Amino acid sequence: MKRNNILVGILLLALYLIVELGIRTGIIEPFQQVNLFLMGINIILAVSLNLIVGFTGQLALGHAGFMAVGAYVSAVLTLKLGQPYLLAIFAGAFAALIMGIIIGLPTLRLKGDYLAIATLGFGEIIRGIIVNIDYIGGAAGINGIPKYTNWTWLYLFTLFTIFAVKNFVNSTHGRACIAIRDNEIAAETMGINTTYYKVLAFSLGAFFAGIAGALYAHYFFLIQPVTFSMQKSFDALVMVVFGGLGSITGSILAAIAVTFLNAALINLGALRMVIYAMLLVIIMVFRPQGLLGTKEFTFRTLLRLKERGTANAKD
Amino acid sequence: MLRTERLTRTFGGLAAVSNLDLNLRQGELVGLIGPNGAGKTTVFNLLTGVYHPSSGDIIFENESLVGHKPFQITAKGLARTFQNIRLFESLSVLENVKIALHWHSRYSLFSALFRLKGFYAGEEKMTAEALRLLELFNLDHKKDELAKNLPYGEQRRLEIVRAIAAKPKILLLDEPAAGMNPQETQDLMALIQKVRKLFNLTILLIEHDMSLVMGICERIYVLDYGKVIAQGTPAEIKNNKRVIEAYLGEEA
Repeated sequence: MKRNNILVGILLLALYLIVELGIRTGIIEPFQQVNLFLMGINIILAVSLNLIVGFTGQLALGHAGFMAVGAYVSAVLTLKLGQPYLLAIFAGAFAALIMGIIIGLPTLRLKGDYLAIATLGFGEIIRGIIVNIDYIGGAAGINGIPKYTNWTWLYLFTLFTIFAVKNFVNSTHGRACIAIRDNEIAAETMGINTTYYKVLAFSLGAFFAGIAGALYAHYFFLIQPVTFSMQKSFDALVMVVFGGLGSITGSILAAIAVTFLNAALINLGALRMVIYAMLLVIIMVFRPQGLLGTKEFTFRTLLRLKERGTANAKD
Repeated sequence: MLRTERLTRTFGGLAAVSNLDLNLRQGELVGLIGPNGAGKTTVFNLLTGVYHPSSGDIIFENESLVGHKPFQITAKGLARTFQNIRLFESLSVLENVKIALHWHSRYSLFSALFRLKGFYAGEEKMTAEALRLLELFNLDHKKDELAKNLPYGEQRRLEIVRAIAAKPKILLLDEPAAGMNPQETQDLMALIQKVRKLFNLTILLIEHDMSLVMGICERIYVLDYGKVIAQGTPAEIKNNKRVIEAYLGEEA
């Protein structure tokens, strides 16, 4: 196990250095760079939404709203108040977390479709409020945000999100959330405070969505309320379902795949959405549990596949 | 130890439980029987806080349980199993037991997120305790299997282990022998006696299997249409005319 950790560490460092080198030498072109950044942000969004929808089983659709909170709070802090970037990211994330608690407490009493609609509504309310505040530019948004997000920031925060969610899920607190998903009544009678854990998972998810928002704002100069419409929430949900509800690695793979797909189809114009939708339908027909289901992709599975492969070869 | 006072729960116009007075003394093994739809499971749901009583009171160790949430009631020392098995299907056998240990042995969220010492110590402690319980019930060799993949009898047993892991003073068993063959029922009876001694438990159980109820219960309450129609020792219940009419009549 120790050896595995070291191996993962080396691979992650290598990945970072290769991409960094690619950007510096210009092998990764600006268009590819934008996609790379979108990929990182999508990974954060998908993994954090999976915590709410996949692991805790609460179908919530307000993720774009939390992303907006993170984006606006951090942008105001760096642009208007001249605060350091790191502080701005965490301030944005914590603002989203608090918003998550405020929205989660009343709405998480609802179940299924009702919760989906309520959170969707709250996401739109956040956007509606932003549109009506002149200090942050109203519908025109904030322009000229300093471009602080570079590959290093993005990579660090993506890893931070993945590992935090992974550590959470593989702890007694994460198990409590999974127990709620599996059987809420049994969880409650086994001593799990279901309200607490639902709100906890929801607001933790919001926290990371806030980080994604902050990274986004400081990469694209401009943030507008329209960026954080419910379309964004659905995009994140598509990635979660596509990757498998309850699989972190599934969400990561799905976020990468969806970003690639969007980039590859960009020249097709209107046809793009048709192909995209068709692919989703095909996946749901042939693999309704998502790419990985609830399983995780690990080195051990890779080894097992290889063993099976050699065993088959012998036969 | 646990008593209910004129406990009533109505669903619309139907009184599922009406004016129920139960009394459990420390260390007793009491049976709750009655025909289908008599309100037995509703009593369990009221005791564990899943339903709130329409009127009446539940008193556990001189404290009212009414208005408390299920997890708070579990923390006070009541744990239950379910008639229709409610395991955490996507979790392993070991993890199912660890969930029930959560309330008593949980470590901080912070140490979980950052994998601090508290996390490793806490997990180790929970695993050791869960394994010890699983061993007692001969389930330790299946600890890594998913709960949903266990055969039926073992799922029932796992439910009992899980309830005991919540460290109850009173254990509520809802039809523990449902779907078991006579041999399995015999084993279950021995098991119930064993855990009762080992963990110093007071047990209230709902059961349709008369051999089990008559075999191990010290006292029995008979429920029909939400009311207690008889109570007493197994021998008394066997010869009670109202009980025979309401319930055993078809069998006798």
